[in-house]
Amino acid sequence: MNLIGENITYKPDDQFHLNDVSFNFKKGNLYTILGRTLSGKTTFLKTIAGLLNPDSGNLSFEDNDFIKIPVWERNVAMVYQQFINYPHLNVYENIIFPLKQRKISEDQIKKDVEEALKTVGLAGFENRKIQELSGGQQQRVALARSLAKKAKILLLDEPLVNLDYKLREQLREEFKRIFTQGLSEDTILIYSTTDPQEVMELNGEVIVLDEGKVLQKGPAKEIFENPRTLKVAEISNDPPMNILKGTKSSEKLSFENILINSPSHFKNLSDQVYNFGIRASEINLDDQGEEFEIELAEISGSETLLHLKKGDSKVIALIEEVMNFKIHEKVKIKFNENKLYAFDQNEELVSSPYGVSHG
Amino acid sequence: MEKLYKFLKYTFIILWTVFIVAPFLWAISTSFKDFQSVNSKVTYIPWLDFEPTLEGWRVLVKSPARGGVDIVEPYFNSLFVTCTASLISIVLGTLAAYALSRFTFKAGFVRNNDITFFFISQRIMPPIVLSIPFFIFLSTIGLLDSLIGLVVVYIVLLMPIAVWIMVDFFNRVPKELDETALIDGCNPYQAFYKVVLPNSIPGLIVAGMFCIIFGWIDFFFAFILTFTEVQLLPVKVVALNSSITPWWSLSASALISVAPLIIVAFIVERYLSKGNLSGALK
Repeated sequence: MNLIGENITYKPDDQFHLNDVSFNFKKGNLYTILGRTLSGKTTFLKTIAGLLNPDSGNLSFEDNDFIKIPVWERNVAMVYQQFINYPHLNVYENIIFPLKQRKISEDQIKKDVEEALKTVGLAGFENRKIQELSGGQQQRVALARSLAKKAKILLLDEPLVNLDYKLREQLREEFKRIFTQGLSEDTILIYSTTDPQEVMELNGEVIVLDEGKVLQKGPAKEIFENPRTLKVAEISNDPPMNILKGTKSSEKLSFENILINSPSHFKNLSDQVYNFGIRASEINLDDQGEEFEIELAEISGSETLLHLKKGDSKVIALIEEVMNFKIHEKVKIKFNENKLYAFDQNEELVSSPYGVSHG
Repeated sequence: MEKLYKFLKYTFIILWTVFIVAPFLWAISTSFKDFQSVNSKVTYIPWLDFEPTLEGWRVLVKSPARGGVDIVEPYFNSLFVTCTASLISIVLGTLAAYALSRFTFKAGFVRNNDITFFFISQRIMPPIVLSIPFFIFLSTIGLLDSLIGLVVVYIVLLMPIAVWIMVDFFNRVPKELDETALIDGCNPYQAFYKVVLPNSIPGLIVAGMFCIIFGWIDFFFAFILTFTEVQLLPVKVVALNSSITPWWSLSASALISVAPLIIVAFIVERYLSKGNLSGALK
């Protein structure tokens, strides 16, 4: 009864858009697809919707071969990153469009539309024209259309990416509420995004996609705590996790002319060269620390991002307050060694502060 | 500065308006004159300078047997040929343009752009190049000097315009709109006429306008491909001019010839001035 994909591959040109992707999605669950731009997220969703046919592999839903069913009979809903509505129809007509296609009774339609508009916070907007709405409102209409349809599979393709920062925060909160309240037990929700923070907040099952390949599957917490490879660690952190090549020798870790104590969770690691990873938020200003030169300082919201350099080593530090720095200024920083990750030469995780569950 | 700009702007607009409107005024006044008022002295103002007469207009509707020139039949011929050819061009051209915009065609070395270029290339050569093939073609299938033959020729001339404008228009309609329609339960045909077409009305109006204008004003093919059976308006108007130029009826026929285009322009102007032509979709 689940949505099952087996070894789905799609390669329209020289590059893989989907490379041997398999999954098993259960009803009533939220799945997030995390990946950079062009990692195959949209292709993934379009394949499920039926807009693309994979070159090989199987896709089945409720024990039917999904690939044989055309898009318009699949009963899926999709929200695009561009705000796609029918410009020639008003808000009400937009939302009833898919319902009318499915020949649902007038009374039921009325009820469904009212409910959907209330859920997305647009009650009273029925007669507005689409062009009169703001971007955020247009995206809400698109979401309402998808919700009113009560589709069994709901696909959201980076629905927040084209909104401005503040609206994104606000809609993200609302999405969480809608997903927990407004969806039936029958629905499979698939949400794609480039933003690790969204993934953590939505807190569903995560699939990390890169160049069309699934790198890791698991609950959001697991991805965050134990990224299986260096690549996953980069993709699932914003700013990306800092990676420094270094050598472990007994109780010390040495990077390029930096020496720090080896944390306790590294004690089982053999002495050799590793790629050490540390999140930007685990690098703190500290007078006792190593001296780095500031290459760039960005202030975003209430945080300051410092791009630092020492020799060939470059790291990004996230300071949780607004501070003014000059470029080329020297600052002293300290790594929180208890939050260090170690990846081996094959870029696979060998030790994490949360304990490795594999490898 | 502001005032100077305003002054120059309105001066220019007034001069331009006079430049455009003056010939019309001249034609309107001339159409009500008789031989005397045109040829003896310079006259401007009706009832004061000359006695207005409807002779110039009457000649146009009288049959040749009674000394008239009968412009009515060519007028309706022209209307029929232009409207039929424009309609067929728009229907076929829109379908072709949608296919060219949405699907990828491969046949040997031929790609979508080559097909689009093929359509447009029909208008690259000067019309005279096409006249001989058209003549031979129509005479072979026995449609020379017939309305249907002219419709066929005009479709060849007008459809490239429709395809060109509509391909460009459809390319600016996001593909995601069609996809959303498919996801919302439309099959591809329904997606086209329920979603894409209603959002393409501005493009259809522009394409239709160009087809009607180019069809209506064509003189060359109407002249070459017809003899006695069928006559189109532009040919008939030119034929009015004989040894004595009948300025009065020539003016009258010129006025009713441009009338349909002025009506079309007024209809389209409402869309143009609102900026509705491309703004419907972003």
